[in-house]
Amino acid sequence: MIDVSPALEAQIKAEGLTLEEYRWVCDRLQRQPNRAELGMFGVMWSEHCCYKNSRPLLKQFPTQGERILVGPGENAGVVRITDRLAVCFKIESHNRPSAIEPYQGATTGVGGILRDIFTMGARPVALLNALRFGDPQDPWVRSRVRGIVAGIAGYGNCVGVPTIGGETYFDPAYQRNPLVNAMAIGILETQEIVTSAAAGIGNPIVYVGSTTGRDGIKGASFASAELSDRSEQSRPAVQVGDPFLGKCLIEACLESFHTGAVVAAQDMGAAGLTCSTAEMAAKGGVGVLLDLDRVPARETGMVPYEYLLSESQERMLFVITRGREAEVIPIFHRWGLHAVVVGEVIAEPVVRILWRGAVAAEVPARALAEDTPLYHRTLSEPPEYATTAWNWTESLPTEDGRSPQQIFLSLLASPNLASKAWIYRQYDQQVQNNTVLLPDQGDAAVIRLRPPTGIPSAATPWVGLAATLDCPARYVYLDPYRGAALAVAEAARNLSCVGAVPLAVTDNLNFGSPEHPVGYWQLHEACRGIAEACRQLNTPVTGGNVSLYNETIDSQGTSRPIHPTPVIGMIGLLEDVRLTCGQGWRQVGDLVYLVGSLTASLAASEYLYVCHGQTTGRPPALDWNLERTVQSVCRQGIAQGWVRAAHDCAEGGLALALAEAAIAGNHGATLSLPHGDSLAVRQMLFGEAPSRIVVAIAPEYRQVWEETLRQQQVPHYELGVVIPADQPFTLWVGETAVILLSLDELQQCYRGALAHALEAPLP
Amino acid sequence: MTLTFGIIVFPGSNCDRDVAYVTADLLQQPTRLIWHQETSLDGVDVVVLPGGFSYGDYLRCGAIARFAPIMPAVLEHAAAGKWVLGICNGFQILTELGLLPGVLVRNRSLHFICDRVPVSVARTDLVWTQHYHLNQVLSLPIAHGEGCYYADGTTLATLERERQVVWRYGEPNPNGSAHGIAGICNSAGTILGMMPHPERAADALLGCTDGLALFQGLLQAAGTAKKRSAVACSGASGGDQG
Repeated sequence: MIDVSPALEAQIKAEGLTLEEYRWVCDRLQRQPNRAELGMFGVMWSEHCCYKNSRPLLKQFPTQGERILVGPGENAGVVRITDRLAVCFKIESHNRPSAIEPYQGATTGVGGILRDIFTMGARPVALLNALRFGDPQDPWVRSRVRGIVAGIAGYGNCVGVPTIGGETYFDPAYQRNPLVNAMAIGILETQEIVTSAAAGIGNPIVYVGSTTGRDGIKGASFASAELSDRSEQSRPAVQVGDPFLGKCLIEACLESFHTGAVVAAQDMGAAGLTCSTAEMAAKGGVGVLLDLDRVPARETGMVPYEYLLSESQERMLFVITRGREAEVIPIFHRWGLHAVVVGEVIAEPVVRILWRGAVAAEVPARALAEDTPLYHRTLSEPPEYATTAWNWTESLPTEDGRSPQQIFLSLLASPNLASKAWIYRQYDQQVQNNTVLLPDQGDAAVIRLRPPTGIPSAATPWVGLAATLDCPARYVYLDPYRGAALAVAEAARNLSCVGAVPLAVTDNLNFGSPEHPVGYWQLHEACRGIAEACRQLNTPVTGGNVSLYNETIDSQGTSRPIHPTPVIGMIGLLEDVRLTCGQGWRQVGDLVYLVGSLTASLAASEYLYVCHGQTTGRPPALDWNLERTVQSVCRQGIAQGWVRAAHDCAEGGLALALAEAAIAGNHGATLSLPHGDSLAVRQMLFGEAPSRIVVAIAPEYRQVWEETLRQQQVPHYELGVVIPADQPFTLWVGETAVILLSLDELQQCYRGALAHALEAPLP
Repeated sequence: MTLTFGIIVFPGSNCDRDVAYVTADLLQQPTRLIWHQETSLDGVDVVVLPGGFSYGDYLRCGAIARFAPIMPAVLEHAAAGKWVLGICNGFQILTELGLLPGVLVRNRSLHFICDRVPVSVARTDLVWTQHYHLNQVLSLPIAHGEGCYYADGTTLATLERERQVVWRYGEPNPNGSAHGIAGICNSAGTILGMMPHPERAADALLGCTDGLALFQGLLQAAGTAKKRSAVACSGASGGDQG
């Protein structure tokens, strides 16, 4: 039994480890760790690095598929697009740093996910982001919105990677715990995918990029703890990004991979040198010798603990074929970056750290990177908040005297539904000259995939990629299993709405503490829902990120978790990007149809939230056959040229989907729905249900379109016709025009709402 | 008839490949990417200073780029009356170099703005704009944080008097530029600086082609000029397509 003094105990806790975990460390080392080693275990055994709580749950995700070239475990997943073209993509969170230091937190989130992409030998071609904030009227929240959006823009715009899409929601559940998830996509530039397994005893380890400083020390452990009023003191754990160096690093790395001399590459993100050495060694079944005295340092007097745990940005570690250093190192010098041999690959499977001529730390690589703690927790019964919500019934939301048009305008102006132009106008969406559908134009972002230089484009000149991020977190909160499945289905539906075939998923699991029974129940059920949905839709998970302990502890010590938010990033293939389809109506006379059922529920709806201040009801279960058919018939219609606009019916229901199609395409419409009582009208207009798409059909294809729907037994409803922009947007229910507004009124309401919410003077 | 484009690549440039896509891929013109540490522009007809964040735009946009080793060659090229196009960061560099007057300061909103905005053509007697109509309103992409054109009253008056304003923003003015200026040229009309990105508006697939005519105007002018000199030299006439 190891004797732990109170001072040591405090140190262990400061590293984010439990006493039990400390004993496991001693078992693996056969001795007690020194300060540097303890720090290494602290970061590597954090949830952020080793997934000790979530790994058993992640195992159930489907990860194989005929197009999946690299699944979970590497820096990013790789998917085959054509015989000669593959894309690499991944999502990552930077929640805690962004709460404390919004600009730098968000900036380094973008920088980090980009490094994951180009580490694999891929040129980054697109970024997306999913954001969650509290009440936009709250000054603290506003400062986070401003800082985080500017930070994302600051990095992405400067490195020249377009930010093509994303999603943003506001809910008090994120009041002091904003979420920042960034996804990046790249095109593989080299024939061989660059992986991270170190190989070749005696091969040099080369440190490239920026210098190592004292910034971001222990960021990974900080990212695995709750936020409190003392979190401000963790500001030094927030890294500082330099997009200019990031851009130079991209170019230098891709150029150096072309030499063929790079055996392995690993970016230094969370846990810096510790993580990169341990993972490269463990994956290769070898060891790594690292001499800290050769590491380019930003400041003097740093000790091993600081070198090893620094999360300074824009750094990478390479293994290079011995004797070929001279082919690689000058490339970095030309880009004004450091490139230094700092160690070598050794046979003994340990990470051995030298400092001032002596061994400063020596740890078995597997103990840091693979033989890590694992917690199997017990699943509780559904918590009371959920069962109460499930008892809610449709007839409960009482008539409050507001007309359908008043409700409609309130929804259109709600920050969650209104245009996010205030945000995306700050992002360069167009650099690289490949963006086919801009934000607000389509349900998913669409880019052309231009093959890298050297690969002839003649074979597939028009191949395109669609990408989306989705998470209806209110659904997930109210029923994590159904909600997470709905998130996957919505992502796939958004891709289908632009005509793309869904291919693969990257997921970002943002949850509260798994140590609380409710938190664990949410995580467990959401993972089950994602796994089921990904199997049903044939979209394997290629990797992702887990961010737990998203809780705010107030000064009274009460911990408040966020809504469980499993953000689904999904990519889809467009064989011919010219055939893609936006959400806006473009042609007078086109026929508007609802594909899917007219029946929808007010449970868990934006309507209940906005008009009644309620987050309640049970989100619907998916009918997988219906979901697949609705999506495939939509893709078929787009590929055939029958469908000229397609838009998913999401939050806000049918009425909002119709309004968005009118606004995006700058056309009005006359639409009618069957007669019903007040509740039925609200359900039809504002009720939410999956497996529903609003499409506009070229009139000459009416017959073949209806025939196709009938043959495939897809429920559908013909709503009306597209009319010129100077005629009003009119929605009839039976004999009454319940919504009658000019397109100008719709546009002003939709486009001005978010700026107003974020910038209007506070009372 | 061909025209050789030389696109200067600074560390931090990020629209260099986009310009090359238009000149080399779409227009099939010889195109060279020229590293900032080179010192010669041999054979280049048009120098393009592309958009991006040269040297991180640290200190001030374009302030460091003016000291790049390639710059003496660019100045010589400009002094010889040859064509120079600066787009976005390139425009900022041209003002730092003193090849164009004025400065580009932070947008009025203090935010980076990326959008497609209306831009009108203020004169059409330049090679750059000869394929447009006077006062034609184009839709052109902008993407900048420091695109608000500023100059003192005398300079602005000179610019207007000498008809050096080439492009003007429509209403609402997106960034607060003086006189709605989106782009200006030198008095000879050979050096053009503009914040909008014509290279992002040249490919029909991307839904916006209003910038293509700028490059086509250049090609036509090159055809005419070279044809004339060919006629003068040998009396032969080429099969120029312009």
